[in-house]
Amino acid sequence: MENLPQIVGVLSDGLPETVIATLGGVLLTIILSIVAGLLLLSSSRTVRGVTRVYVEGFRGTSEVVQLFWIYFVLPVLVGFQLLPLFAGIVVLGLNHGAYGAEIVRGAVRSVPRAQYEGAIALSLSPAQRMRRVILPQAVVEMLPPFNNLFIQLLKSSAILALITVPEVTRQAREVLIPNFGADTLLIFGVTFVIYLVLAALITLVMRLLERMASARLGRRPSRAARAAARAAGPTGTEGVAV
Amino acid sequence: MSTPDTTEPMIVFDGVEKRFGSNVVLKDLHFTVAPGEHVTLIGPSGSGKTTILRLLMTLEQCNEGTISVGGRYLSHEMRGGKLGPPREKYLRDVRKHIGMVFQQFNLFPNMTVRGNLIEGPTRVLGLSRDEANGRAEELLDLVGLKEKIDAHPTQLSGGQQQRVAIARALAMRPDVLLLDEVTSALDPELVAGVLKLLQDIGDTTDITILCVTHEMGFARDFSHRVMMFDGGRVLEDAPPAKLFTDPDHQRTRDFLHAVLNH
Ligand SMILES: Nc1ncnc2c1ncn2[C@@H]1O[C@H](COP(=O)(O)OP(=O)(O)OP(=O)(O)O)[C@@H](O)[C@H]1O
Ligand SMILES: [Mg+2]
Repeated sequence: MENLPQIVGVLSDGLPETVIATLGGVLLTIILSIVAGLLLLSSSRTVRGVTRVYVEGFRGTSEVVQLFWIYFVLPVLVGFQLLPLFAGIVVLGLNHGAYGAEIVRGAVRSVPRAQYEGAIALSLSPAQRMRRVILPQAVVEMLPPFNNLFIQLLKSSAILALITVPEVTRQAREVLIPNFGADTLLIFGVTFVIYLVLAALITLVMRLLERMASARLGRRPSRAARAAARAAGPTGTEGVAV
Repeated sequence: MSTPDTTEPMIVFDGVEKRFGSNVVLKDLHFTVAPGEHVTLIGPSGSGKTTILRLLMTLEQCNEGTISVGGRYLSHEMRGGKLGPPREKYLRDVRKHIGMVFQQFNLFPNMTVRGNLIEGPTRVLGLSRDEANGRAEELLDLVGLKEKIDAHPTQLSGGQQQRVAIARALAMRPDVLLLDEVTSALDPELVAGVLKLLQDIGDTTDITILCVTHEMGFARDFSHRVMMFDGGRVLEDAPPAKLFTDPDHQRTRDFLHAVLNH
């Protein structure tokens, strides 16, 4: 136990890398999810097909292997190597963007037909319909599954340890284990807690966004409904997935 | 109310056929509506009344024949002297002249009442925010909801939402207004207010109005003409005084009898 301060210190040194990788990955995930999600709804078969290939390609292959491709194989092919952290962000984004695309597609499709028709009756252009009417309503549906996805992304960021990024997991394995070998339990216990706290932060932010988005739609959930949701929490879908 | 003169029709259905799969809903349909005319469509459920309004709003495309509004084709675009399928941009241009109010209001829940009213005018008609706001306030005054301008659609009663939806359609200054059972989703005590509003709009504007309703009292006062549909065709087309009191067809008589005694 006397080594706890050093252990926490060394793991904290890895925190910026973990946070940057996660935030970068989240940003790229959001962009790719929206773009690919909308392309999956395109009226063009070709566009849908190409996007499908991206989605299935990244969902169906190992994230670790994708990382090795970008970090080790790509340099052989194109002649330069990405910074490890940057390569990691790209893989996290590409991978989770493939899952996010399905979330966006599903949420957009869940907006009632009547809303499109209301927008057509006002002569809005297809882009205006999407941006002004459909997406703002779809966002509410997207936020809970994106919360799950971002937490998964946070946990996936540990694979960056494999390409020398000194993030939390690598700090634990490469710095602490060789030096405080007897404290394995403590080292990985603290590591555990760090990920738990970061995941809680993600959930906090997403809940806030969710509340704002539903308030904008005028469906602020009632206090009773919120209490019921909280009570159901541990056995609910979120509890299982996180 | 005198029947407006009928020189250049505002709406022309010419040999229109509309199918959903093998279900032929409208067949060889011909009729015209004069500018400023108020026409009520009646007929049994499934006779294609909603389909006619949706074709006019370009929410559906017809399979045969042509439809035109204000001299311009809807399901076709005249290009190089030939009729072809319409492009999105052309459709948007035609739609600007047509407004529709839906049974379920279809207000945008992600915008306030004001947002709903200024969205079309600012983004489609190119009005400035100030102009659009002015227009919105004016229309809310007309529909009696001035104080609700910054309210959320979900904070309004059904009747109030439907008034906002009517105001939203009017904010586009359409030549043609389509009303599809706009009071059917309302609680009975809210119906009269909305019908009164529509009567006022009919009396004070020269908008061409096509209306589907089961409110026969309103149809009688409001319409210049009533069209009875059955089997995908116009069974009977007459001024309300004639159609409601002395219809030519037994089918119309039965239908009116059923509706008035429901
Ligand atoms: N999108 C659609 N797909 C398939 N069939 C449809 C569709 N829309 C309408 N129909 C069919 O077309 C026919 C006419 O429907 P429409 O809604 O125009 O009738 P209506 O006269 O408005 O009836 P109601 O009084 O019940 O509103 C019905 O048989 C209906 O099932
Ligand atoms: Mg109908």
